[in-house]
Amino acid sequence: MTRFIGRHGRGVLGLVIAALVVVAAVAAPLLVAQDPLQSDFALGLKPPGTPGHPLGTDQLGRDLLARVLYGARVALFIGLSCVLLTAVVGGLAGLLAGYYEGWFGAVVMRVADVQLSFPFILLALTINAIVGLGLRNIIVSLSVAGWVVYARVVRGEVLSVKEREFVHAAQALGLGRARLLFRHILPNVAPSIVIVASLQFAQFIVAEAAISFLGFGVQPPTPAWGSMLSESRDYLYVAWWLAAFPGAALALTALGINLVGDWLRDVLDPRFRV
Amino acid sequence: MSALTARARSASRSGIWGCCAQEAPKPADTGSLYSSGRARRRARPGIGYTPGVRAYLLSRLGQTVLVVFLSLTAVFFLMRLGGDPVLLFLPMDIQAKDLSEFRERLGFNDPVAVQYGRFVGRAIRGDFGESLRYKQDALGLVLERLPATLYLALAALGLTFLVAVPVGVLSAVRRGSLFDFFGMGAAVLGQAVPGFWLGLMLIYLFSVQLGWLPTGGTGSARHFVMPCVVLASFYAARMARITRSSVLDTLNEEFVLTARAKGLAERMVIAKHALKNSAIPIVTLAGLDTGQLLGGAVITETIFAWPGLGRLTVQALLNRDFPVVLAAVFIFSVTYTLINLVVDLLYGWLDPRTRTRAAGT
Repeated sequence: MTRFIGRHGRGVLGLVIAALVVVAAVAAPLLVAQDPLQSDFALGLKPPGTPGHPLGTDQLGRDLLARVLYGARVALFIGLSCVLLTAVVGGLAGLLAGYYEGWFGAVVMRVADVQLSFPFILLALTINAIVGLGLRNIIVSLSVAGWVVYARVVRGEVLSVKEREFVHAAQALGLGRARLLFRHILPNVAPSIVIVASLQFAQFIVAEAAISFLGFGVQPPTPAWGSMLSESRDYLYVAWWLAAFPGAALALTALGINLVGDWLRDVLDPRFRV
Repeated sequence: MSALTARARSASRSGIWGCCAQEAPKPADTGSLYSSGRARRRARPGIGYTPGVRAYLLSRLGQTVLVVFLSLTAVFFLMRLGGDPVLLFLPMDIQAKDLSEFRERLGFNDPVAVQYGRFVGRAIRGDFGESLRYKQDALGLVLERLPATLYLALAALGLTFLVAVPVGVLSAVRRGSLFDFFGMGAAVLGQAVPGFWLGLMLIYLFSVQLGWLPTGGTGSARHFVMPCVVLASFYAARMARITRSSVLDTLNEEFVLTARAKGLAERMVIAKHALKNSAIPIVTLAGLDTGQLLGGAVITETIFAWPGLGRLTVQALLNRDFPVVLAAVFIFSVTYTLINLVVDLLYGWLDPRTRTRAAGT
C-alpha cells in the first residue's frame, strides 16, 4: 500500500485535485446559494470573510465564491470540448495521413508545418479575433489551433505500426482497410492519443483563460476565470481577492490535470518518464 | 526533408507557450513518444559538414519561405472569411457613404483572386499597407517594436538557463534528497501557475504593497524584473525537469561508470562527462522555448505594458488593424522558423554524430 502510494502518489494527488474541481463544477448550485450573475451594488468590493460571502464580492457585488465555482464549469466545459474535438479530428487525420502517405498525408503535414511556425497561443488568439468572441468560437479557435499535435504524433506512430508483422499478417488475411485501421492499428496508437489528450487538457483551459484575459474569448458576465482576472486588473489596488481566487482556482485545476497527465504517461509509456 | 523540424516542432506543440501548464516533450534522441523509430533514424545535419551544409541551408531557407508564404495566405483568406472586410477594417459608427468610398479605395470591390494577387505582390516587397490606427507603414511599425520583445525573450531565456540547469543537475545528482523534492515540487507548481496570474500577484506584492518595482512600462533595469520572471517561470520549470531527467539518463551510461572507475572526482564526472552529454535535450527544449517565448511575450507584454511586438499584435487584433496583424504574423513566423534553423545547426556542433547524414534527407 505504501509502495503503491509512493509510486502513484502524484497521480493520486492529481486525481484528488481533479475530482475536487469536477465536484465544484457539477455541484456548484448546491455548494453556494448565490447566483453568480446576481449583482448587489450596495455590497460591492467586500473583502473575504464578509457574512454570506466567504470569498468577498466583486465590483458589482456579485458573490466571488459562486463565480469561482461556476467558473469551473466554463473551464471544464471548454477544456473537455476542445480535447474531444481535437482528439477525434486530429487522431483521424493522423491515422489516415500515416496510412495513406500520398497526397493526403502530404497535405496534412504541410498544414501542420504552417500551423507550427507560430506559437500556439498566438495562433489561437488570431483565429479567435477573426472568427469572433464567445464560448462556441473560443472552442473552435482552440481546436483549430490544437488538432495538429494529434495528427503529427499519431501519424508518426502509424508509420511504424503499419510495418509491424501483425499488420502485414492482417493484410495477408485479406482484412478490409477500415477494419485494419480501426481494429488493428488504432488500438496500438491509442495510448499516445490518451497521453497527448491529458497533456493538452490543462493547456486548453489555461489558453482559454489567457485569451479571455486579453479581452477575447469568453465575454462578461459569463463567470470565466480568464475574464474575471481581466476585470480584476482595474481593482488590483483595492481588491486583491478578485485576482487571487480565480487565478488560484485556475492554477489548481492545471496542477491537478498535469499531475494526472504525468502519471498516465508514466503508466502507459515508460519511455517517456520525466 | 521537413521531418527534421517536424519532429522538433511536434514536440514543441505539446509544449506550447507562455502560461500553459504542460509537460515537456522529451527530445527525440532519448526516444520519445514524438519520434517514431523512423523519425529517430533521421539524424540532424549541422555545422561542420561542409559538402552538404550549403545544400542543406538552401533547402531549409526555401522551406522557411514556403511556410511563411502559406501562413500569410492562410491569414489573408481567414480575414476574408470573417465577413465584410471593410466592416472589419473600420469602426462601427462609420457612415454608409464613407463605407462605399473606403471599399473602393482599399480595393475590396475586386475579385478575391485579384486582391490576393495584389496582396502577395506587395508583401514580397515588404509592403503590408498602412496601419489603420497609427497611419504608419505596418511593417515598419512592427519592426520598431521587435527589439523590445527580443530583449525580453532573451533575458527570460537567460534567466531560465541560470535557474533551471543548476536546479535540474543538482536534483539529478542528489536524487531523492530534500533539494530534489522541493526543487521538482516547485517545478511542477511552476508549470501549473499561469503566467498572467503570476504577473498580477507579483504586481500586487511588489508594486502595490511594497512599492519596490514599477507596475509596467520600460526605462530602467527595474522594469525588466517582473516581466522577465513571469515569462521565464513556466519555461524554467519545464527545463529544470528535462535537465534532471536527461542527467539521470546520462548517469546510467557506461562512460560515466568508466569515468568513476578510473578515479575521477565526482565533480569532474558530472561537469565533464555527464553534463555535456545531457546537453542535447536541453538545447532542443531551449530552442523550442525561444520560439514559444515569443508567444508568451504576447501575454506578458500586455500585463506589464511592455512596448513590444506582442502587445502591438494584441492591440492590432482588438482594433482590427489588419495590415499590422499581417505584418506581425509575417515577422513572428520568420523569427520562429529562423530560431528553429539555428537550433538544428547547434546540434551538429554539440553532437558530431548527427553531422554524418547532412543533406542526406
